[in-house]
Amino acid sequence: MLQLECPWCGPRDEEEFTYGGEAHITRPPEPDAVSDAAWGDYLFFHTNTRGLQSEQWCHSHGCRRWFNVARDTVTYRIHRVYRMGEPRPGFDA
Amino acid sequence: MSGYRLASGGRIDRDRRLEFTFNGRPMAGYAGDTLASALIANGVDIVARSFKYRRPRGIVAAGAEEPNAILQLGCGARTRPVQRATQTELHYGLSARTVNGWPSAETDLTAVLDRASRLLPAGFYYKTFKWPASGWKHYEHVIRAGAGLGYAPDDADADRYDRINAHCDVLVVGAGPAGLSAALAAGYSGARVILADEGSEFGGSLLSAAEHIDGAPSTHWIARVRAELAAMPEVTLLPRATVFGYYDHNFLTLVERLTDHLPATDAIGPRERLWRLRAKQVVIATGAIERPLVFGNNDRPGVMLASAVSSYVNRYGVAPGRRAVVFANNDNGYRSALDMQRAGIDVAGVVDVRTDPSGAWHEAARAAGLRVFAGHVVPDARGRRRLASVRTARLSADAGRIEDEGPRLDCDLLAVSGGWSPVVHLQSQSGARPRFDTDRACFVPGDPVQAERSAGAARGTWDTAGCLLEGNEAGVAAASACGFEAPATVLPSAAAADEQPLLPCWLVPGFKPVSRGPKQFVDYQNDTTAADLHLAIRENYTAIEHVKRYTALGFGTDQGKLGNINGMGIVAEKLGRPLAEVGTTTFRPAYTPVTFGAIAGRDVGALLDATRHTPMHAWHVARGAVFENVGQWKRARYYPRPGETMQQAVDRECLATHHAVGVLDYSTLGKIDIHGPDAVTLLERVYTNNWRKLAVGRCRYGLMLDEDGMVMDDGVTARLAEHHYLMTTTTGGAANVMARLERWLQTEWTDLEVHLTSVTDHWATVSVAGPYSRDLVGELCADVDLSAEAMPFMSIRECTAVGVAARVARVSFTGELSFEISVPAAHGQRLWEAVMAAGERYGATPYGTEAMHVLRAEKGFVIVGQDTDGSVTPDDLGMAGLVSTKKDFIGRRSLARPHLQRGDRRQLVGLLTDEPAAVLPEGAQLVDVPDGPLPLPMVGWVTSSYASARVGRSIALALVDGGRDRIGQRVFAPLADGRVLAARITEPVFLDAPGRRPHDRTDRNAERPDRRPERPPAGAVDA
Repeated sequence: MLQLECPWCGPRDEEEFTYGGEAHITRPPEPDAVSDAAWGDYLFFHTNTRGLQSEQWCHSHGCRRWFNVARDTVTYRIHRVYRMGEPRPGFDA
Repeated sequence: MSGYRLASGGRIDRDRRLEFTFNGRPMAGYAGDTLASALIANGVDIVARSFKYRRPRGIVAAGAEEPNAILQLGCGARTRPVQRATQTELHYGLSARTVNGWPSAETDLTAVLDRASRLLPAGFYYKTFKWPASGWKHYEHVIRAGAGLGYAPDDADADRYDRINAHCDVLVVGAGPAGLSAALAAGYSGARVILADEGSEFGGSLLSAAEHIDGAPSTHWIARVRAELAAMPEVTLLPRATVFGYYDHNFLTLVERLTDHLPATDAIGPRERLWRLRAKQVVIATGAIERPLVFGNNDRPGVMLASAVSSYVNRYGVAPGRRAVVFANNDNGYRSALDMQRAGIDVAGVVDVRTDPSGAWHEAARAAGLRVFAGHVVPDARGRRRLASVRTARLSADAGRIEDEGPRLDCDLLAVSGGWSPVVHLQSQSGARPRFDTDRACFVPGDPVQAERSAGAARGTWDTAGCLLEGNEAGVAAASACGFEAPATVLPSAAAADEQPLLPCWLVPGFKPVSRGPKQFVDYQNDTTAADLHLAIRENYTAIEHVKRYTALGFGTDQGKLGNINGMGIVAEKLGRPLAEVGTTTFRPAYTPVTFGAIAGRDVGALLDATRHTPMHAWHVARGAVFENVGQWKRARYYPRPGETMQQAVDRECLATHHAVGVLDYSTLGKIDIHGPDAVTLLERVYTNNWRKLAVGRCRYGLMLDEDGMVMDDGVTARLAEHHYLMTTTTGGAANVMARLERWLQTEWTDLEVHLTSVTDHWATVSVAGPYSRDLVGELCADVDLSAEAMPFMSIRECTAVGVAARVARVSFTGELSFEISVPAAHGQRLWEAVMAAGERYGATPYGTEAMHVLRAEKGFVIVGQDTDGSVTPDDLGMAGLVSTKKDFIGRRSLARPHLQRGDRRQLVGLLTDEPAAVLPEGAQLVDVPDGPLPLPMVGWVTSSYASARVGRSIALALVDGGRDRIGQRVFAPLADGRVLAARITEPVFLDAPGRRPHDRTDRNAERPDRRPERPPAGAVDA
């Protein structure tokens, strides 16, 4: 079971959180301007990274806040936890 | 009958005699015995019949690795299957029995399978019972009856189990010399330490060895360290606690056995406690397991690990045999021989695989007068129910075959040692890959990937001095990594490394080729032989994971603790590849089997899941309501009167609502309070229809889609004030809708000024429906004008009811004139009682969810989740009119995708069966023709179906391919019982305007015309 550092509540067990999938996927601001294929990509196609990826988590059994986690999908090492709106961290740090 | 109790010695209490039974026979042992040592002392040879060949099996080991002595303990609700006798502490009144063998393990008639073994190679079941596929259901009964390792209790578990969440700085696993040394060092640093050991006593291998520490018996040192640790406030000592799983981020699971070692009368409190532990640092000091040697008939009762022999002699004061031979490829054989000799067991000789043994242990054995057969092996063991003799033979110079036969040695005990395998299980579970150490011929811990380190025999250090040193270093380092400094200590003196290297010997050469000689068992528990492994390789299974699955190597409850490494060695040798390259199979939790009880803890029965009750639940219970589960909610489904069937009750409730007034507990409906200047913007973005023009005091029905365009939820939202809305959701979808809205607000629309509060539990709601609902509600909410002019359909008002602030809304899910009264939850029961009391003169009748479902289906109102399944768009439901074309909302863009525009999509229609009395089963599949070649193409299915009292016949809703263009056509529902029901497709509206296009719940048509009779019916309305 992972241990995640909620930016508001501190380190907690994974079972307090909900996984939200890949982060930094922005809803197209003009949905009508994108093709069906591009909309399908937005809806259904994620990168499924092997290695470090940014993903959304929600402290659903705590403060109910969504935040971002940069996590290695192979080793499960947590690289960094950062709030919504903060830029994606460089993965070299 | 070879084993016996030694006259003296051992860590048993000879003043405390404990009576127990084995297969019903009364026996006795002493306090401090395990069940295994007591069985040996009572002369028991056979403790099991083997899994596949039904061969007699005896006790092989003295610890967690025991593959044979797997017994059933106790009886009734407290019976425990798959218990290792070697780890079962003896207590007064213990009853144990063998589980396989027919009629008994001692006399097993199915042992004939052994004679037929040439017909049962690896993969036999895969190859033989494959054809015909339909035959498996016949074979299975016979095969299953012969299989299995125990019996589950017939009754519910009578015990309680606890669970605890814990954190520590340093977890030390194993309390042998290395673990004790580590815990002591970490403890003195002030770090929070947990020391867990699977045994009842701390000391590990020291308890079984005749060793000295600081010049005194090692047990003195153990007692001193234990006392020091017990005095440290930050140290927790957990004997009888197995660390069975090592998961991500240093999360480990322990199971602590609290009462299994006690007689039933003393077993008070929870039986086991599951520890869910997050450790900053872990020290793995789990020791090592001795490997047996693989030779012909090496499974005869009387063949035992050398370390187990020493353990039985030194720790338990029992002799596992009267005349012994030792067969080893390392110095531990000499140690065991000397232990036996000291205990008065006749040692006929030590067969050492090494051609030129030397060193301290060899010399000590010679000096003790032991006969040593150097460069020899035991290719075959003789004897049927118990070992009688062993054949010996001299090895060739390259150790690849045997040359001339040596003497045959009579013996009833063969102590074998093939070297040691560190217990790398937990380290491997942590994600590390064990590394093969060629010099020591064993897998040792690989590079750590989590915050852990191994110490002592668990990393291939065999001598006590080395274990003490490594344990100390690991304890200091682990504490230091947590920010604690351990004071310098002087380590006690102990036996230093004095062993000569072993000679790896994975498969002992026999007199005949492997495939034709006597069976050479690799995995005792699954009857996997060396010949099976060779066969697997011949059939081209070369990856170790494939060999494992083909031969079942390591598949038993012992997870191959004894056999796996030998198996890998044999496979590597046969493939001609280094063992390091062949690698290990995956070590998975649990290290030893864990009870379901420990994992379930208190989450059983009524505590399995939370149940939610509405404030008026007690009234429904008192009225004899039948409940149904909706999510976690208990909702009253119907209120049967004495002698009434469900259908009779539902008909009565429906007609009462139709003719007079029905009362429904509507409190479970999801409610979200929405506040803020951007509240309406949020509604605009999540609902398909328009919200900007909704006036204060008015309500509107809305459809909510997922971003993929599919209907996700629906409900009525009311505007309470300028920036204040109350959204209702489906009962089951409330949490999901709340979570979705929060997610959009936090991740995508962070600029919106709006707050959401889940208020589902804050309000109790009573829905009053029927022609007299206005009269009845008017009596309760006297301070509000309910007239049609003052309070039109789809409006909401603040008012007072039962003396408290209330809300009343005029909405309808039944088609009848309806008012919903809401009061703070604490007043719910009072409100309900007040409604029922005032309603008596109007014939008010409580109705449940079943009647509600019927009433709404008659009007064609869908239930999201029943008539939809996540693949249904608003247009599929005939609700395209609710989809705005003037704004963007979640899911809108997806509706424009070509697939969602197709005219032949599955659409909601009504179905009327040809036979009005026949009710289609919900979920029934629909086809176009009543019969024909199978499979018949499916064109849709029934989503809702009822016998409708208001319509006077059965009605159904269904999703049918291109259904809206097929109104009037017939479809067929072939049922499981062979009947085929024919039905005509209709518009999904059955009342008021049958045949008309359906309406949504905001339409004027959603509420039936006011048709209040002059006089209320006298008393209750009956069907």
